Amino acid sequence: MKKILGSILIVVLLGSLLLGVAGAKDLTIGLSFPSLSFAWFAFLEQAVKDKAAQLGGIEVISLEAENNVSKQISIIEDMIVKGVNGVLLVPIEVEAVIPAVEALNKANIPVVTVDRRIKEGAPVQVLCHVGADNTEGGRNAARYIVEKLTEKYGEPKGTVIELTGTPGAGPAIDRSAGFNEIIKQYPNITVKSQTANFRRDDGMKVMEDFIMSTPQIDAVFGANDEMILGAIQALQASGKFKVEDVITVGFDALPEALKLIEEGTLDATIEQFPGKQASTAFEILVKFLKEGATPEKPVILIEPKVITKANLNEAEKSF
Amino acid sequence: MPGLTEENVPFVQRFFVFWDRVGILLAFLVVCVIFGALNPVFFNPLNILNVIRQVSIIGVIAVGMTFVILLGGIDLSVGSVVAFAGIIAAGFQVKWGGSLFLSVVVPLLIGGGIGFMNGFVSTKGQLHPFIVTLGSMSIFRGATLLVAQGKPISGMSPAFRFIGAGMVGPIPFPVILFLGCVIIAGMVLKRTVFGRYIYAIGGNEEAALLSGIMVERYKISAFTILGFLSGLSALILTSRLNSGELVAGQGYELDVIASVIIGGTSLMGGEGGVYGTLIGALLIGVVSNGLNLLGVQPYWQMIVKGMIVILAVLLDKLKRRFRTV
Repeated sequence: MKKILGSILIVVLLGSLLLGVAGAKDLTIGLSFPSLSFAWFAFLEQAVKDKAAQLGGIEVISLEAENNVSKQISIIEDMIVKGVNGVLLVPIEVEAVIPAVEALNKANIPVVTVDRRIKEGAPVQVLCHVGADNTEGGRNAARYIVEKLTEKYGEPKGTVIELTGTPGAGPAIDRSAGFNEIIKQYPNITVKSQTANFRRDDGMKVMEDFIMSTPQIDAVFGANDEMILGAIQALQASGKFKVEDVITVGFDALPEALKLIEEGTLDATIEQFPGKQASTAFEILVKFLKEGATPEKPVILIEPKVITKANLNEAEKSF
Repeated sequence: MPGLTEENVPFVQRFFVFWDRVGILLAFLVVCVIFGALNPVFFNPLNILNVIRQVSIIGVIAVGMTFVILLGGIDLSVGSVVAFAGIIAAGFQVKWGGSLFLSVVVPLLIGGGIGFMNGFVSTKGQLHPFIVTLGSMSIFRGATLLVAQGKPISGMSPAFRFIGAGMVGPIPFPVILFLGCVIIAGMVLKRTVFGRYIYAIGGNEEAALLSGIMVERYKISAFTILGFLSGLSALILTSRLNSGELVAGQGYELDVIASVIIGGTSLMGGEGGVYGTLIGALLIGVVSNGLNLLGVQPYWQMIVKGMIVILAVLLDKLKRRFRTV
């Protein structure tokens, strides 16, 4: 009996010690995002942590969900139990995560979404959404390619390969929609599309097959940098096309892509400023928690930008 | 029982005997002819080399998987092993000194070591390898992220790039590696005691055990071979992509197991072989390449692949039923 009482005492003491440590921070904020397997999210996580360190007194609990929707929901449920003050959320999918946001609303925990949004019109409260305009990014990529084709042929014409992202993913749909909206305005440009699942190995493989089946390739647009980097490997190995002669455009402005732009292998990539997105969202959440200030607009979209060799210094990351 | 002559053997039974010998090869050739007729580029020698090179990454693993499935086992962790061994290779190339020797040897040893552990735990612990390798699948995906700290590692040396992107005359080096693995594995399975015992154990484990074969040792060896070849596949992939990728190998287990099964190796063990696996892997590669050349929506590729797998297993099942009639 004494032993049991003793153990209970120790547990209670240890528990209060842990609580005491947690209590040393003014705010605890949960960050839930799809997966660390993509460099993009690792960068976003770092930006949030940097911002938290800069503001001071804020603990960030950051958890990845292995790209698994049900796992993301249980992570958010755990965060509610832990009693976080606010949640920064990158939903894996537009709809499936809604029950978790409902639970957050019920627990009176404010939530700000970053990068990807929740389905419009869903019966849940989101303090603010900070994101990129993926559709506009796709349009920008198309405008750049049209401009370069016009320089090459004197008029906008040629064959363009579009490598699309994972079927069904929000950014994949939006980027492709924006890209095609612009490029379809030019009847002399032929677009051939195929998915490469946002992956480098698939980008290379699909490009190899396009190289075989297409007599002339003037431009390639990859809906993320991973895919365009794979496509460049395929072009370099082909012997049929010279990568310098093909207009190549990626998306995300990853350090590796920026390096290839500097070297002249890749022509352009689209920068969506993930760091700015993440820190803006984080600031809005903290401001609301500390001062009760609601953001001016419910949706803040950060304008994407085409990065080429001429404006490399405007990219957020470096290499 | 009266002597079975050509006339009184039922047609279905004869069909399955025939299918057993050359069926998969025939199906493969028919698919090739169809794609070739629809798009002449298909039979372009460059395209043929393209397909074999694309297949080699999955194919090398499938050779190892043939050993494991012949013994009635399964391994779901191969994709994660590819990612982990790949990130280690890239690490030695880019971050930890750039030694070509270490960046080739260490991933192979790690692959073999993981395979050994899978085999050891499942045989000595008497656990189904499905469960054990499901666990290691998660462990090594996590370990990959841990080592890489969320970022791909890129920028291999020219010597390392030869493994995946080099050519020997007109033949891509990965193709040589792949076909080399097939030939060696084929000889091991057909011509050595080791190979004969693998078929014996797969056919009837209890009988093999009673006749004094060290069953556990053979099972552990098969898993080790598979792990080693997964490491080799990781070297080819990392070298080709010029990058250690975090999502590398995701979903490979399905293509690998499908290659083995389509190639006629029975999931029950004891029957099949590595030449069938070669054709099975090529069939999957050709379907994907052919549909890409025709510009077919990618969704169809997944549907077609799934149907081929089910058809292959169904034929295997029917073969067994009619053989025992």
